[in-house]
Amino acid sequence: MDSQELRFVASRIRRRDLQAVFEAGAGHVGGEMSVIDILTCLYFNELSVDPAAPLDPERDRLVLSKGHTALALYVVLAERGFLPRDEISTFLKHRSRLNGHPNRVYLPGVETNTGPLGHGLPVAVGMAKAAKLDDRSWRTFVIVGDGEMQEGSNWEAIMAAAQFRLDNLTLIIDHNRLQQGARLSETNDLAPFRPKLEAFGWHVEDIDGHDHSQICHAVSTATGTPGKPKCVVANTNKGHGISFMSDNVAWHHKVPDESQYRQAMAELMETGE
Amino acid sequence: MNAPFETARLHDCRDAFVGMLEELAAANRDIVAVCNDSVGSSKLTGFRDRFPDRLINVGIAEQNMVGVGAGLANGGKVPFVCAAAPFLTGRALEQIKADVAYSQTNVKLVGISSGMAYGELGATHHSIEDFAWIRALPNVPVIAPADRLETAAAVAWAAVHDGGCFLRLSRVGVPDLFTEGHVFELGKANLLRDGGDVTLIANGVLTHRTLIAAARLAARGVSARVLNMASVRPIDADAIRAAASETGAILTCEEHTIFGGLGSAVAEVVVDSCPVPMTRLGVPGVFAHTGSANQLLDDFGMSPEAIADSAVALLGRKV
Ligand SMILES: Cc1ncc(C[n+]2csc(CCOP(=O)(O)OP(=O)(O)O)c2C)c(N)n1
Ligand SMILES: [Mg+2]
Repeated sequence: MDSQELRFVASRIRRRDLQAVFEAGAGHVGGEMSVIDILTCLYFNELSVDPAAPLDPERDRLVLSKGHTALALYVVLAERGFLPRDEISTFLKHRSRLNGHPNRVYLPGVETNTGPLGHGLPVAVGMAKAAKLDDRSWRTFVIVGDGEMQEGSNWEAIMAAAQFRLDNLTLIIDHNRLQQGARLSETNDLAPFRPKLEAFGWHVEDIDGHDHSQICHAVSTATGTPGKPKCVVANTNKGHGISFMSDNVAWHHKVPDESQYRQAMAELMETGE
Repeated sequence: MNAPFETARLHDCRDAFVGMLEELAAANRDIVAVCNDSVGSSKLTGFRDRFPDRLINVGIAEQNMVGVGAGLANGGKVPFVCAAAPFLTGRALEQIKADVAYSQTNVKLVGISSGMAYGELGATHHSIEDFAWIRALPNVPVIAPADRLETAAAVAWAAVHDGGCFLRLSRVGVPDLFTEGHVFELGKANLLRDGGDVTLIANGVLTHRTLIAAARLAARGVSARVLNMASVRPIDADAIRAAASETGAILTCEEHTIFGGLGSAVAEVVVDSCPVPMTRLGVPGVFAHTGSANQLLDDFGMSPEAIADSAVALLGRKV
């Protein structure tokens, strides 16, 4: 898919996500808008996955460690045929498969259950190590939030990945500079990520996380260093695409009212066409 | 005791928690709050505005948070370590064991939105194992208040208690069950309603539902005693023994897995010293499906009607 098509798909996904948040009266819209371009590029351009064989041992693995943005993953998986598109309307409803955090037991296509932050990367290290042990070519991708990187478990996994020379592992940091209660810089500032990851022995790409051609290039095998795990620092905006949400910490899990919803939809329509 | 009207005004116990914490902090400069990013979810924005130096936000790092709390206690502070209950207890369990329980430090662990308060967010965000986990540790009293008045009283108790403790708070609305000026006593059950046919024991969000069940049972001619058992460890063994001998049957009701929680703690006393038939209501050892907190309680047989039905069935097993 070229960048123009990816942009179109991502816009459709943003609108479906926003509608579901509005209808369910819950969700993590800020972090969903920031991660959707990354998810779109992975699922529509990079990952080798097949909805008809979701457990194919040779599939690429994608772990959404920032599980609070499950809805974005659900919409992307629906667009890729892993679940019926109209099932998105059951998001958070009684007995739905689509709860607030992704669940692999309920939904094929989800690799591991996330929700508590700081779990995805260690699991992804195990996946990548398994592929190495069996000399398989499938790859592992994991998306974390930048606030999530404050969890110590991530840094234990970062050390292990370098030690194990996991060049089949790609960590994507959704670097939107905001966490739940405040900016990272006001809480526990980890930025810049590049020197820290490089010091731990990783190959690092620093990109615009809303530019589809940059995302596709960075996650592809065209970049990287043999013997090193790869980290893509995706510079993003929380609430991207919606002016009043963008870079605004208030929108971590706030739900738009009717008029905000209309305005947000209109803005997404305008940029998506 | 106030009557348990279903239409009564409902309160979020977090407000009572921070109200009391701020009051105590104004009088005691050593009181500090420690949290993990979620200042708003722990309702600590007011505390932050009043005592900006005394809100210690370690970021999204719960193991560090509990360790830092233990160090603050060592330095003479009285830390209230506040976080969503699943991450506080699950993620930092070993810190709670080694740095708080084993080291006997003066750390007040405050689990916010415990039980299934996070409803639709799913099982990762439910804290229905915390009674079992923390109850297994020496030196950390486990307390689950039932309304805003008991919450405030438990916070006041915790601030002067010399040692660690775990306060398990919810955000699911509950009406007032106690009266203003209520005093919390560790290890003491509260008799909320007397009765002779069966005893219903509950805590937290379930006390309210259990009281309604007792009223329904009265209409069916069954006289139920209701004990509020906020203190899960130490537990009021005397009240349990009296309930067993005087009513001959005990039903427990908790927003927790039935493995290792309040029902188990009551059953330990019952089998040791006063065997009577028991029914333990709670989450039956599964990860909950998608649903709101109240919906899930209903689904797991803890609507007032279902509690009453279970009590009637239990009566049939009395010897
Ligand atoms: C272990 C754990 N602690 C706390 C939380 C509550 N929480 C959910 S999202 C969030 C903020 C995440 O910020 P970030 O990783 O930057 O994600 P994004 O900005 O992409 O939403 C927090 C603190 C959690 N889910 N897990
Ligand atoms: Mg962020």
